[in-house]
Amino acid sequence: MNVNVPANRSELTIAHANSLSSHLTGARLKDFLFGKFILFNAVLAISTIFLIFIYVGKEAIPIFYDAETRKEASLHRLFAPQDYGSPDMPLPFVWQPVGEVPKYSVLPLFLGTLKVTIIALLFGAPLAIAAALYTAEFASHRVREIVKPVVELLAGIPSVVLGFLALIVFATWLQDLFGFDYRLNAVTAGIAMALAIIPIIYTVSEDALTSVPRTYREASLALGVAPWKTAWSVVLPAATPGIFAALILGFGRAMGETMVVLMASGNAAITSLRLTDSVRTISATIAAELGEVVFQSPHYYVLFFLGAMLFVLTFLLNMLGEYFVANLKRKLMGR
Amino acid sequence: MKTKLLSVVLPLLSVCSQISPIQAQDKSITIKGSDTMVLLGQRWAEVYMKKNPGSRIQVTGGGSGTGIAALINGTTDICEASRPMKDKEKEDAKAKRGAAVVEIPVAVDGLAIYLNSANPIKELSLDQIKGIYTGKITNWKDVGGKDGKIIAYSRENNSGTYAYFKEHVLANGDFHPTIQTLPGTSAVTNAVAKDPKSIGYGGIAYAKGIHHAMVKKDDSTPAVEPSMENVLSAKYPISRYLYWYTAGEPSGEMKKLVDWVLGPEGQKLVQEVGYYPLPKAAGDSTLASPAASKKKKK
Repeated sequence: MNVNVPANRSELTIAHANSLSSHLTGARLKDFLFGKFILFNAVLAISTIFLIFIYVGKEAIPIFYDAETRKEASLHRLFAPQDYGSPDMPLPFVWQPVGEVPKYSVLPLFLGTLKVTIIALLFGAPLAIAAALYTAEFASHRVREIVKPVVELLAGIPSVVLGFLALIVFATWLQDLFGFDYRLNAVTAGIAMALAIIPIIYTVSEDALTSVPRTYREASLALGVAPWKTAWSVVLPAATPGIFAALILGFGRAMGETMVVLMASGNAAITSLRLTDSVRTISATIAAELGEVVFQSPHYYVLFFLGAMLFVLTFLLNMLGEYFVANLKRKLMGR
Repeated sequence: MKTKLLSVVLPLLSVCSQISPIQAQDKSITIKGSDTMVLLGQRWAEVYMKKNPGSRIQVTGGGSGTGIAALINGTTDICEASRPMKDKEKEDAKAKRGAAVVEIPVAVDGLAIYLNSANPIKELSLDQIKGIYTGKITNWKDVGGKDGKIIAYSRENNSGTYAYFKEHVLANGDFHPTIQTLPGTSAVTNAVAKDPKSIGYGGIAYAKGIHHAMVKKDDSTPAVEPSMENVLSAKYPISRYLYWYTAGEPSGEMKKLVDWVLGPEGQKLVQEVGYYPLPKAAGDSTLASPAASKKKKK
C-alpha cells in the first residue's frame, strides 16, 4: 500500500502535466484565433468609417464640377450674400431649395448649428464639470458608485425621446418662464441637447480628474489648503487638457445631433444672432430633406456637401479632443 | 425570424441597387407617398384586403416627393401624391420605368387654415394668408385680431401640402425664413393647439381640437368654411385633388384596386376619413381640373 501511493502520485503528476501542456496549446490556439477575430473587427470598423467617408465625399464632390449644380448652387451661392432680385425676398441669405428659384444659402444653417451647439455647451458643460468634480473629489465611495452610472445612463436615452420631451414639455415650460415669442427655438433645443452631451462631458472630465496623481492633492492638503481650494486650484487646473477634450467631444456630438433639433428647434432658417429665434441646423436639414430629394439633383449634392462638411468638422474636433487627452497624460506623467 | 430578416433585407436591397421594379403579378401592391393621404390609403388597404383575401397591400407615407421619387426609382407600385406630378418628374419616370405615368385623381381635399381655439379671428382673406407667410404681416392686429406677434407654422419642403400652398396661396412666392417648419400635419396642429398666437395649414382631416379660419378669395367675396359643399363647389378657394400615380396603365390586381377605390365603396371611405369624394361627373365641378392644374415648369 505504502509503495503504491507515491507511484500513483507520480502517475497523476505525469497525467496532469500532459493534460496541462495540451491545454496550453489549445489555449494558445484560442488566443491566436481570438486575436485575429478582434483584429478583423477593428479593421472592419475602420474600413466602414473609411468607406462612409469616401461615399459621402463622392456624392458631395459634383458640387464643384456638375454643370447644372454649379449653375444653381455654386460655392458663391452657398456662402456669399445673394440678391434674388425680387421685392418679395430682400434678404441676402435664404435657404429655400424647393421653389421657382432655388435658394441655397448655407449660412443660416451654419449659424443655427452653432447657436444650438453653444447653448447646449453653456448649459451642459458647467453642470457636467461640476458633477465630475464632485464625484471625483468629494463624493464618498458609495455615492460615487451610484452617481456615476446614473449620469452615464443619460447617454442611453434615445435622442428621439429627448426631442419629444423638449417638443411637448420643455417648450411649454420655457415659454411660460421666459415669455419667448417662438415656442420652439434655439434655447429650447439647446437645453434638450445639453442633456444629450452632459454624459459625454461628465465621463471624460471625471476620468481626467481622477487621473490627476494623488501626490498633487496630498502636497496641497499637507500645506494646509482647504479641500475645496485644493480641488479648485490644484486638481482642476492639472486636469484642464482633459476637460478641454471633454468639451470638444461634447461640441462634436452636439453638432451632429439630429433628432433633438429636428423636433424642438422650429426648423426655420433665420439669419440672426438672437438666441430666442427658431433655428434650422445642418443635421436637421439633411434629415428632413434627403428623403424627398430627386436623386443626383443639385439639391441632393448640396445636402451631401453639407453632410461632408459636418463629417469633416466633427472628425477634426474629435481628433483635437484626442490630442488634448494624450497631452494631459503626458503632462501628468511628468514628461 | 427569417421572414423578419427578409422583410428588412429585401427593401434595403431594392433601394440600394434599384433592381427591377416590383411587379404587380405577385399580388402584393406597395403604395407610398403623401403623409396627408397615408391614413386614407391605409383605410382603403384594410377594407380592400378584408374583401379580397389573399391580396396584400402595403401603405407607407414619407411625403409626396418621397412617393414620386419611389415611383421614378421603381420601389413602389402606386404613388400617392397631394400635388400633381411635375412634367420633369413624369419624364424621369417614363425614362426610368419605360411607361408613361398615369394620373388618377382619387379624392378631393380642402386645405384648412388652423388657428388656436383662443384666437378670436374667424376669417382671413387669401391675401392676408399670403402676407402672413411671406412675412409682410407679422402682427395679429393687422388682420383684425389682438395685438401680438404671429407665429406661423409650415410643413417641410418634401410635403405636397407645402408645394400646393406655395403654388396656390403664395403664388409661387417664397416663405419668409422665420416661418417654422414641422414634420407632419399632426405636428403642425399640435403646435397650433399649444400656442394662442400661432397659425398653421394642412388637410382638413387632421384638424381636431383647433378651429379653421373661414377663407375668402378676395375682399368682395364672402368668407367660406372648408365644408364639403364649399370645397366641392369650389367656393372654398384652397382645395385640391389627391392623386394616385402608376407607371403604365394599371392592370390585373392593381386595376381591380383602382376601380374599387374610384367606385362607391372606396369613395365612401374617403368621406369617412374626412376628405371629400370625387365630384360625380367631372364636368360638374368648377374646381381646377387635374389637367388644368398641370404646371408649366419655367
